[in-house]
Amino acid sequence: MLGNMPEKQTLGEILEQQGVSRRGFMKFCATITSMMALPPSMVSAVAQSLENAKRPSVIWLPFQECTGCTESFTRSHSPTIEGLIFNSISLDYHHTLQAAAGHAAEDAKHQAMEANKGEYLLLVDGSIPVGNPGYSCIAGMSNEDQLMEAAEGAAAIVSIGTCAAFGGIPKAKPNPTGAVAVRDLIKDKPIINVSGCPPIPMVITGVLTHFLTFGSLPELDHEGRPVAFFGQTIHDRCYRRTFYDRGLFAESFDDEGAKKGWCLYKLGCKAPTTYNACATVKWNQGTSFPIESGHPCLGCSEPDFWDKGGFYEPLSATAFGPTSALLAAGAAGAALGAASAYAARRKQKKAQESQT
Amino acid sequence: MSGIRDIGVRVETPLPEDHSFGNVRPILHEVLHALERLADTGEPTTIDLRALPFGPGEEERLEEALGTGEVAIRMEALGESRIVECAFPGVWLITHYNSHEEIMARLIEIAEVPAIIRAESRDMRAGAASLRRRLEESGREHESTDAATPQPHNTTHETG
Repeated sequence: MLGNMPEKQTLGEILEQQGVSRRGFMKFCATITSMMALPPSMVSAVAQSLENAKRPSVIWLPFQECTGCTESFTRSHSPTIEGLIFNSISLDYHHTLQAAAGHAAEDAKHQAMEANKGEYLLLVDGSIPVGNPGYSCIAGMSNEDQLMEAAEGAAAIVSIGTCAAFGGIPKAKPNPTGAVAVRDLIKDKPIINVSGCPPIPMVITGVLTHFLTFGSLPELDHEGRPVAFFGQTIHDRCYRRTFYDRGLFAESFDDEGAKKGWCLYKLGCKAPTTYNACATVKWNQGTSFPIESGHPCLGCSEPDFWDKGGFYEPLSATAFGPTSALLAAGAAGAALGAASAYAARRKQKKAQESQT
Repeated sequence: MSGIRDIGVRVETPLPEDHSFGNVRPILHEVLHALERLADTGEPTTIDLRALPFGPGEEERLEEALGTGEVAIRMEALGESRIVECAFPGVWLITHYNSHEEIMARLIEIAEVPAIIRAESRDMRAGAASLRRRLEESGREHESTDAATPQPHNTTHETG
């Protein structure tokens, strides 16, 4: 459990003031239970916790980023249901969204940090350049100093996006700015990594809602990501998995296999080694996800995804040389799965070794 | 070739309409088991359709397989919700929309009546208080109107 949240209005009180009926509240709870990837049987427990939840203070620091994560997050709310979640956090500092500027903005940040010391949630997007502070600084302060200052009084840190979580594109070779992830600099605070380039909007909201609902961090995987969303590979939940298992692959983007919606493994799909919720939560209000649109997964929620060989090279290519020999041998889907997972682990290990 | 219109285009359906990715039948089995459990023990079940990896068109096929029954409810609370009883009594398909008519959650609830339809005691108490207030206000208005209006028997006296 994290520290107690500030003694402010409860969410139940806020909703009652807004004239939200019990049915509206239960609809809200059913939606966010689904959003947090919790089983539907948890709805009443969520309702009970949420009713008494306090409004947490949130400070959002953007560093070396493209604002894609903020774009994704702001797409995740609308004037109704997720809007209530957005309204039920106190977003005290965010460069892109705040109206204040200059000293007024910095003062607001320091006031929020002081008033909620030890209790606020720190959200970070973007990687942090170490060494030369001139690569990225805000109000005359280096990104590293800003992070260290804000992290000190935070209850927990949420690294939004692959850049903050793992270094992302700024860290890609040759890493000109010396970019690192939040977890490389902060060792004494709970850190939750919500990776993705950008992360799925519902996943960002789901993590914030979990904190709001239970006052604690969700269960995390070996990369510090919430298991509810990153517990399985995209491949495990892909609707094209049946083709993979039957050895039916698209060989090019315009062949019969591609038209029939067969597996995109041979076109470089990284889904077998990519942990994310794209196949179920999907994108654009649940419309589809890259594989459904006919494009292989790039593996954007994994560490060093930019340096793991070509996006259009099969996972097995680097580890085993030309893939044609391997695949032409009529390897069954299951065997291919085992081989690709092994190959990817080797590649990940190699990438980690070359970074150190 | 003189223009883009001269380029021959052939539209191909990527998958046959009856193609299955294998999700519909297992869910129907899950619904069947939940419905039998409901009938035997009264225990309700909810299935979150967002948690399932549907392929293109599969959700629509599931909806067709579930069919439409006798009851359809439209609820207005933080955007619209449509609650439809399927062809199998006790099986409800619930779709929650936000105010932009985007789907926020999609559930199959196997229950006598979906839980969200029941009026909650807090809302009922608030409703009763509101009705009482309204009656009291209209009662006062009624009294003041009565006081301001000349009584019929007085006028009878004057004219009589």
